[in-house]
Amino acid sequence: MEALYAFCVGVLTASGVFLLLRGRTFPVVVGLTLLSYGVNLFLFATGRLNVSDAAVLGAGSNHSDPLPQALVLTAIVIGFAMTAFVVILAMRARGDLGNDHVDGRVPEIVLDSEERN
Amino acid sequence: MTLMWIPLLPLLGALVPILAAGLGRTACAWATAVLPALALALTLSLIPQIEGSSSIQAQIDWIPALDLSISFRLDGLALLFSILILGIGLLVILYARYYLSAQDSLPRLYAYLMLFMTAMLGIVLSGNLLQLWMFWELTSISSFLLISYWGYKSEARRGARMAVTVTGAGGLALLGGILLLGKITGSYELDVILASGDLIRSHAWYPVTLVLVLLGAFTKSAQFPFHFWLPHAMAAPTPVSAYLHSATMVKAGLFLMARLYPALASTDLWFVLVSLTGLATLLVGAYFALFKHDLKGLLAYSTVSHLGLITLLFGLGTKLAAVAAVFHIINHATFKASLFMAAGIIDHECGSRDMRRINGLWKYMPYTAVLAMVAALAMAGVPLLNGFLSKEMFFAETLQQDFLGSLSWIIPVLATLAGIFSVAYSVRFIHDVFFNGEPINLPKTPHEPPRYMKVPVEILVGLCLLVGIFPSLVVGPLLALASSAVLGGELPEYSLAIWHGFNTPLIMSLVAMTGGLLVYFNRRHIYAFQKQFPEFNANEAFERVVRRLLAAASWVLERLDNGSLQRYLVLMLLLWVLVVGQSMLHLVQLAGDRAQLPLDGVSMAMALLLCAGALATVIYNRNRVVALLMLSVVGLMVSLVFARFSAPDLALTQLVVEVVTLILLMLALFFLPQRTPRESRPSHILRDLSLSIVIGGLMGSISYAMMTRSFNPISDFFLQNSKTGGGGDNVVNVILVDFRGFDTLGEITVLGIAALGIYNLLAGLRLFMPSGDADGRSWAHDRHPLVLATISQSVLPLALLVSVFIFLRGHNMPGGGFIAGLVTAVALILQYVAQGVDWMKARVRVVYPRLIACGVLLSTLTGAASLLFGRPFLTSWFDHFHLPLVGDFELASAMTFDLGVYMTVVGSTLLILANLGQMTTSERPVTKEQD
Repeated sequence: MEALYAFCVGVLTASGVFLLLRGRTFPVVVGLTLLSYGVNLFLFATGRLNVSDAAVLGAGSNHSDPLPQALVLTAIVIGFAMTAFVVILAMRARGDLGNDHVDGRVPEIVLDSEERN
Repeated sequence: MTLMWIPLLPLLGALVPILAAGLGRTACAWATAVLPALALALTLSLIPQIEGSSSIQAQIDWIPALDLSISFRLDGLALLFSILILGIGLLVILYARYYLSAQDSLPRLYAYLMLFMTAMLGIVLSGNLLQLWMFWELTSISSFLLISYWGYKSEARRGARMAVTVTGAGGLALLGGILLLGKITGSYELDVILASGDLIRSHAWYPVTLVLVLLGAFTKSAQFPFHFWLPHAMAAPTPVSAYLHSATMVKAGLFLMARLYPALASTDLWFVLVSLTGLATLLVGAYFALFKHDLKGLLAYSTVSHLGLITLLFGLGTKLAAVAAVFHIINHATFKASLFMAAGIIDHECGSRDMRRINGLWKYMPYTAVLAMVAALAMAGVPLLNGFLSKEMFFAETLQQDFLGSLSWIIPVLATLAGIFSVAYSVRFIHDVFFNGEPINLPKTPHEPPRYMKVPVEILVGLCLLVGIFPSLVVGPLLALASSAVLGGELPEYSLAIWHGFNTPLIMSLVAMTGGLLVYFNRRHIYAFQKQFPEFNANEAFERVVRRLLAAASWVLERLDNGSLQRYLVLMLLLWVLVVGQSMLHLVQLAGDRAQLPLDGVSMAMALLLCAGALATVIYNRNRVVALLMLSVVGLMVSLVFARFSAPDLALTQLVVEVVTLILLMLALFFLPQRTPRESRPSHILRDLSLSIVIGGLMGSISYAMMTRSFNPISDFFLQNSKTGGGGDNVVNVILVDFRGFDTLGEITVLGIAALGIYNLLAGLRLFMPSGDADGRSWAHDRHPLVLATISQSVLPLALLVSVFIFLRGHNMPGGGFIAGLVTAVALILQYVAQGVDWMKARVRVVYPRLIACGVLLSTLTGAASLLFGRPFLTSWFDHFHLPLVGDFELASAMTFDLGVYMTVVGSTLLILANLGQMTTSERPVTKEQD
């Protein structure tokens, strides 16, 4: 199970980083969201994985680690605020600059004939 | 505590001239003078206390854990400097009132001067070396402001820049030296450092420490070869030159040497470095002063020379030399400040400072001429004036050293040579300016200055005479106090008499005076000799160095950052890979020995969906709607993962946030292009793919390595105390609202700020609103379908009930303010979607920014309430009550806190989405697409 979980964290991170490196704002926002999923899962895993442990006191003898959960809970909410801010910033940038490239201007890329194929 | 007020009063005084600006110039000057005068009175009132014990201290703890405190310390040396700083400062305030013309802003100059005065007092009164350094830098900054006071002149800007660069660089070296001193002695407190001189001197780091500290002192006190900034700083208004560049700031370096004398001095390295630097500075300054045609230029080089003299005295290492150094600091401050002021008067009344044009002023301003001549004679070291006394002591001490072995005679000879030049330039100052024919081509006809402009000069010149004639009476006690502080308590035998008999120092003085006169009256030959050298312009050389440095820096910067964010990000991520990958290489085995959970079908199916969703998001990223849908699949899976691994709180939060995020991104997509153009080069795609796979692999490996290792969490504390201390069974919620309540308070503040930031970003935003999707299909005609409207309306009460339920049970069961807030927000957003913004606007009259403010305020006040009961901020309280019918129930202060969280979350989420949604309505402005 741990290996599978780690694999999922890796896939989320890789997907997030790839999209983060795109040149237009929307894929970057999506990448940021994917990356924060990966990071949240990673932070959550610092409490180690437990199936069917008690989530509240008195519901069982084994108790899952509450600290990473509290950290991740706030991270999710702040993550939403950050996504919202970045998205609106992207909109504002498009409105003010006329394009949605991360640099604020579309680079003039001259493709070679072989690259075009 | 009285001590604290000495630097604090001038700091407050920086505000006075600004407030008093409207009262007229004279009133402004008097108002400014009040607080420094008070500080001076305070300083003088503390003298009896120092005479008893060696020093008095005042301390306030700042960060006790780091051993940092705000600490002030007054001893004899600090007393002497405080009197100089405050006393001459007061005279300069009076003088500047008449010096500045009506166009120049007097309050601005005064405010800068007060700031500088604070910084300078901070240096001399600091009981902690780090604090001393902070004030040291503050003098550099305030002197920059003062030198560039006439910022419209290019020479003022250049001079200010040069001064701040040289002294700032020296300040950095000094910081290095101070940090080393702190490492060696284990403390930055001055008392500790002064007491551990032997430890420091025998330490292996001593040479480095000494060189760094001396670099700081030499740059500040304009010692050769760093002296070049001082003449260029003469672009400052003359009151500033009189104050900073003769009496105080340039003495800060000397002060530092005197201050650390017990800790660093009396080694061979100290003698060699300090005395040779001082000797070189003494000669260079005295020689070049003779060739300056600018009145202030002559005084600047003469200052350099005198600073060198004092440095040389500190370097000689005998106790009497240290006394002589302190004595000369006093004398130089008095005669040089008065000379600068006299030069300012001449400049003011003649409109020029060129000594080739200013001649014969004796006829026009005899009174000023007398004052200036007395001060100049003191500078030359003529008997019955203060300069003579310390110069005699200086000559006597040069004879007492033997650290050059059999060649030690060189030092007194060179000292006499410097004395000759010093007499020569003093005579030139007197003869060229006040005699030597008639003025040539002056813009104004010179006359005596206003009465009160002469008062500061009179006071200082009077002091020169008094000290010169009755030395032990006027200055004896102060000198003894200051010198004993420098020497660490023991004072050598010395006498401050004018007549010591016909001895070698007197012969040296006589030689210097006759030689000086000879040199002056044969100056044509020396001028002709000096003319053969190409003129060296320190300003241009300095600018060249700075330009070259800037060019190198921008070359490096362009390699790292060419303006492309993608490239910048790649570099940062590569660095991350290097740092993390390198430490992973040290891990011998990836898997740890912790027992692993078995795989099961449900988990595998979830993992499959999650990975497929993530990959599909990447693959279809150019078709943005599809990518968004795939993203939401991932989000859903993540919340299921939380549910699977015993974290119902997280699962709930993630689920609700997912809904909100999706609506947000959908709305945003409306205003952003729906397709991403294909523009990445194949080479870039390959680069990004490999980088992301490497990073993903690293993150996966770290996760696996971490999860398979046992650990010792701190969570047991929370589990044990949650019920007894926080009164709740849901430990996650208790951590949020109680144990780590301060974090949560910060977090909801951030949330509120983000929402308000978005609100501002959206204000005035002009966006193109597309009439159809990317393929040209137009939007649905029915904007608010009846079915959705009906259902959402009937669901609303139910949803609100659910959120209240989740809120109330949050302390003991999964739930709480965050989740309840999000549920409420989603329920209301559904209304916005179904009914439209206009419809909702008419019905919901809540002002969301106000709701956010109330939420943050409520949480803060809940925390502050515990202060009323004498407990620390955010201490929680809870108790159990019994009510008929309802039964036992619990009340906790944490619930009010959680209510604040709830309000902030609802307000922020709705503020963001409702405002974004409003952009789609007719209320928004429409412009044309630009690209």
